[in-house]
Amino acid sequence: MQTAVKIEEYLQEVEESLGNEFQRKALDTFAVAYRTGRANAFAGMDVKGLVDEIAQAKDDGIRRMDELYNQFKQKAESMGVHVHLAETAEEANRIIARIAKDNDCKKVIKAKSMTAEETHLNTHLEAEGLKVVESDLGEWIIQMRGEGPSHMVMPAIHLSRFQVADLFAGVTKKEQDPDIPKLVKVARRELRKEYVEADMGISGSNFAVVETGTIGLVTNEGNARLATTLPRVHVALVGLEKLTPTLHDALRILRALPRNATGQQITSYVTWITGPNECKGAPDDKKVMHVVFLDNGRKKLAKDKDFAQILRCIRCGACANVCPVYRLVGGHKYGHVYIGAIGLIMTYFFHGKDKAKFLVQNCVNCGACKEVCAAGIDLPRLIKEIHAMIQDEDGHPAQSKLMGLVLKNRTLFHTLLKNMRWAQKPFAERDGQYIRHLPTVFMKDKDQDFRKLPTIADKAFRDEWKSIKPEVRNPTLRVALFSGCVQDFVYPEQMKAAVKIIASTGTVELDYPMKQSCCGLPVNMMGEKQAAVEVARQNVLAIDPSKYDYIMTMCASCASHLKHSYPKLLENDADLAPKVAQFADKVIDFSSFIHDVLQISSMKFNRSGKRIGYHAPCHLCRGLEVREAPREAINMAHDYVPTSEEEVCCGFGGSYSMKFPAISKTLLAKKMANLEAGDIAAVATDCPGCVMQIRGGMKASGKDIEVKHVAELLAERLR
Amino acid sequence: MSQEHIELFTKKAEAVSAIVKRIDKLNEAYAYAVDVCLNKNACQLLLSGCENAISDEASDLCEAKAADKVMAAPKLADDQYAELAKAAEKAGVKLIADGLRNHLAGIDIGFAVADLGLAETGSLVLDSSSEDLRLSTMVSEINVVVLPLSKLRASSYEAEAELLPMMQKAPNYLAFITGASRTADIERVLAIGVHGPLELHILLWEDA
Ligand code: SF4
Ligand code: SF4
Repeated sequence: MQTAVKIEEYLQEVEESLGNEFQRKALDTFAVAYRTGRANAFAGMDVKGLVDEIAQAKDDGIRRMDELYNQFKQKAESMGVHVHLAETAEEANRIIARIAKDNDCKKVIKAKSMTAEETHLNTHLEAEGLKVVESDLGEWIIQMRGEGPSHMVMPAIHLSRFQVADLFAGVTKKEQDPDIPKLVKVARRELRKEYVEADMGISGSNFAVVETGTIGLVTNEGNARLATTLPRVHVALVGLEKLTPTLHDALRILRALPRNATGQQITSYVTWITGPNECKGAPDDKKVMHVVFLDNGRKKLAKDKDFAQILRCIRCGACANVCPVYRLVGGHKYGHVYIGAIGLIMTYFFHGKDKAKFLVQNCVNCGACKEVCAAGIDLPRLIKEIHAMIQDEDGHPAQSKLMGLVLKNRTLFHTLLKNMRWAQKPFAERDGQYIRHLPTVFMKDKDQDFRKLPTIADKAFRDEWKSIKPEVRNPTLRVALFSGCVQDFVYPEQMKAAVKIIASTGTVELDYPMKQSCCGLPVNMMGEKQAAVEVARQNVLAIDPSKYDYIMTMCASCASHLKHSYPKLLENDADLAPKVAQFADKVIDFSSFIHDVLQISSMKFNRSGKRIGYHAPCHLCRGLEVREAPREAINMAHDYVPTSEEEVCCGFGGSYSMKFPAISKTLLAKKMANLEAGDIAAVATDCPGCVMQIRGGMKASGKDIEVKHVAELLAERLR
Repeated sequence: MSQEHIELFTKKAEAVSAIVKRIDKLNEAYAYAVDVCLNKNACQLLLSGCENAISDEASDLCEAKAADKVMAAPKLADDQYAELAKAAEKAGVKLIADGLRNHLAGIDIGFAVADLGLAETGSLVLDSSSEDLRLSTMVSEINVVVLPLSKLRASSYEAEAELLPMMQKAPNYLAFITGASRTADIERVLAIGVHGPLELHILLWEDA
């Protein structure tokens, strides 16, 4: 559980977590195996179509939450089920404690339920004098350790067999062998006794099917079957978002849930309970059945235009499985009760701002969670929104406020950047390419020495534009260049390389609108939404989309921000809306432009025979879904060599790497190790941020693998 | 039922460690179940780990176990039950149809006939509204389930029209069972039989 009160404490905890070798290795191996497992499980299925269907059906259910609740209640009560609605977590716990009291229950056996974790049900029931035992193996283990789950589907993934053996030795008062099948037998034996003794079984619920009044449970171990069969009282604690109108809705989710969770086609047991069933342990042979629906903010959330979509979540845990940050620090540091991407968001809504405020900053915004989500939730964007909301409530940190102010004023920003060229002189290394050490006003340079940072270029791209603008007599296409600040002021050579390649076709009229500014992603990342809106507006006004066929950028982050975030950021600006749509529509990345649009031929290049690896920037492969074009482009001039985990984040994330250097450093180390293993001469990528990170890392650790933008690698072989 | 679905069902069920066999007559199923029971290790609590020094309480339980091998077959049609009982008796296996709550330490074989099969995932569908059937499919160390091929459907969607009426007849307790009970909660290593059966045998019965 996330407990830090100050950001320094949180950073400290994160670093400690990074030092947990076992956990890191376990999560790492899983992340790699998961990718293949999931792909196999979905093989031959229309995954996107399924995700869309789930999203639509869930949205419909969320809109009709009250109506569905009433219908379910009516249906279930007609069969003799008691149905309750708890407004708060506290109330749900009270209702359940009361049911226990009314039915004279002393012992409770629980089947896994995230909702019960949300309400801290165990603590409450134990305070009321009840004995509560978790029956899911992972949950039982962490219950005995007094911990919360570290993964939604695999709650004890952070523990080793040795830790479990020690724990079990304590329970059984016998030395235990750290042999997994034997440990599982211990659990079977010990828990069987608990089922027999329990008077009350508590379960969660994956579905509450309205048309039949049925509770649906999805498990592998079968513990839910025993926990809902043996005790004479059954209470299901259900979040209101689990209401689904029809059985078909539930079956549809069932197609995605196990596949997305662990790569299984289906779990061992899926249980559908309709009404109070036969129970020979009860006086009249009939189960006492209660369903407690939990609101705890869900109804309010259901009405929120933006955040209602988080109620679509089917708790598959996939967003944690693919998250590079979760993979490093684990669930206790990347979530509070709910973990991973969705956990950051739910923490804010269900457990409050104080629990969420550091967590949301830790997201590097790589988009991996969004891509894998079974319900199509736009997780990274919502995480950023919450970051901004928290800053609006709590006050903005001086640094990000300043950054927001500066970025809103383009001339001031550009003047500052140019002045930095001079300010950094004393700090630059002899060859002038990298900053030797950083002025301490910016950051603690010791934390940053895992990579060398570049100096600002002598001449910004915008200042060279006039002299390099190609003359084209009969253009067939008109294209506006959007440089972004890094390529404009730090790596103008990348822009020049692109201009050279495009000019070689002689068919494109290039333009560089001078009033363009930073795309605004950095301030958005820092939670300065207002500044991001302001900058977006300036750029849309600076580059009139009606004058161009394309707006081309060589920065993946800019591209995806311009294309996907601008329409969202400017959605309240009715006058600008048509222009924004047109603008977003015309944004294209360099590789797609030369490969797909211009269809430049490989004949234009002198092949080098050099082995080149590729790093796929998050905002290109997932943000824009551009995957083939860059690889094929590289292959026109060199030999593209696939390396492992090409699409995993390099850890840059703009200001993220300044704030969470320990994580950034670890992600980078992994990235470099994967690239090195490919035995390559150079790495190509198509985002200046990734160039900065990976090149800086290679330089700092003395490796001689070159890191360049795809455009540069192509330009150097142009015939 | 199309050959394609049978093959798919078999492949998917086997992928989750179920043992799948074809039979022509129900009699073969009885013989099969008795055979599995006889070949199975004598200690019915093996799965609870009494061969290991798990805890003193556990070994007490092992000593208290019944000497016989026990097979449970709740909810079988009368004539079917009689046939199975004959086969069991000949082999010295005790057959029971109810009172499963008295056997929570574990029984050897649970025998049942499935209501539907889902080829896409290799799943069995069992209306488990009877508590004894629910328990026999959970408490038994080995489950032997007959799937009449006339009841095999392509997927859960295809079976929906039949699932719905079952669920509408309240109270109802419906189970999709796919493979044996399993967990991957310790170091993600797959371990079988954490709460329920260690083995699932599916007998595909050519009933049409
Ligand atoms: S965007 Fe990336 S870092 Fe952020 S939560 Fe999603 S997967 Fe994790
Ligand atoms: S947010 Fe999406 S990926 Fe994450 S648990 Fe929920 S449904 Fe699964």
